[in-house]
Amino acid sequence: MKVAVLRFPGSNCDQDAFFALTADMGIDAAYVWHEETSIKGFDGVFVPGGFSYGDYLRCGAMASRSNVMQEVVRFAAEGGPVLGACNGFQILCEAGLLPGALLLNEQQKFVCCDVFLKTETRRSVWTAEAADIVRIPIAHGEGRYVVEPDDLKRMEDRAQIAFRYVNASGASDEDSNPNGSVDGIAGVLNEAGNVLGLMPHPERATRSILGGTDGIGILKGFQLVMAK
Amino acid sequence: MARISQTIDVARAQILVTLKPSLLDSAGRTVAGSLQNLGFTEVSEVRVGKLIEIELAEYSEARVKEMCEKLLANPVIERFEIKEIV
Repeated sequence: MKVAVLRFPGSNCDQDAFFALTADMGIDAAYVWHEETSIKGFDGVFVPGGFSYGDYLRCGAMASRSNVMQEVVRFAAEGGPVLGACNGFQILCEAGLLPGALLLNEQQKFVCCDVFLKTETRRSVWTAEAADIVRIPIAHGEGRYVVEPDDLKRMEDRAQIAFRYVNASGASDEDSNPNGSVDGIAGVLNEAGNVLGLMPHPERATRSILGGTDGIGILKGFQLVMAK
Repeated sequence: MARISQTIDVARAQILVTLKPSLLDSAGRTVAGSLQNLGFTEVSEVRVGKLIEIELAEYSEARVKEMCEKLLANPVIERFEIKEIV
């Protein structure tokens, strides 16, 4: 198993992702620059967080049209596992791999804290091993997930909601939604379940010295694909 | 608004990108609050959009529309209007 950690101008969670995968998960990984036109030889893709292209125009807009992302779209269509965190989630939405979009947080503030997520489905490799209640860091200014009501209904019917923001006891209340996302949605899957995008950072929760290890259950998706 | 070039033999397109009315505009809400703080109490709502100006060898509305659909606007959250500047 070898995971491609994508790098765009302005990515800044790429090294965290590489470290978490290699040092904490024992997964082989390599950086792939956005100009690359092939991801041959890779079995999975991690689209890291940051501020690709300075968040110009819209977060993830330019990155989603880059050479390497065109390959990732093809890779995902063939069932390859793709995980996007934070700016990576924005990029996957902009690329059309996931429904919806991310807007400026409702309360207009950059939020940087630990949150709790409820794992809403087990049908994907990304959620199969996740804790029921995941404690995980977020750090974003534009994480308000929006999607048309009809699309939301369809996503619910097809179990595409991966994670919702909840409080420590697993209940959703007004204070547990950090950015005003519709229905408290923190992460979504594509229809096939091989692509996950989420605003929280699983790569920042892979050892106890970082404050928690609940990211491991999500990153395990890369290993589960290989075990299949 | 200042012209982005003084030459007269290029075509120009102006694109107005706005957030769909159904979506909460957080930035607009902040600006509205600031205007109200400055004493403009008549302000009830502000919505913030983007104005994009493009210089082109020649103007074609169909081509500019394609640019909007492929990159400049996100149909999930935004609407756009195209205008040729003459």
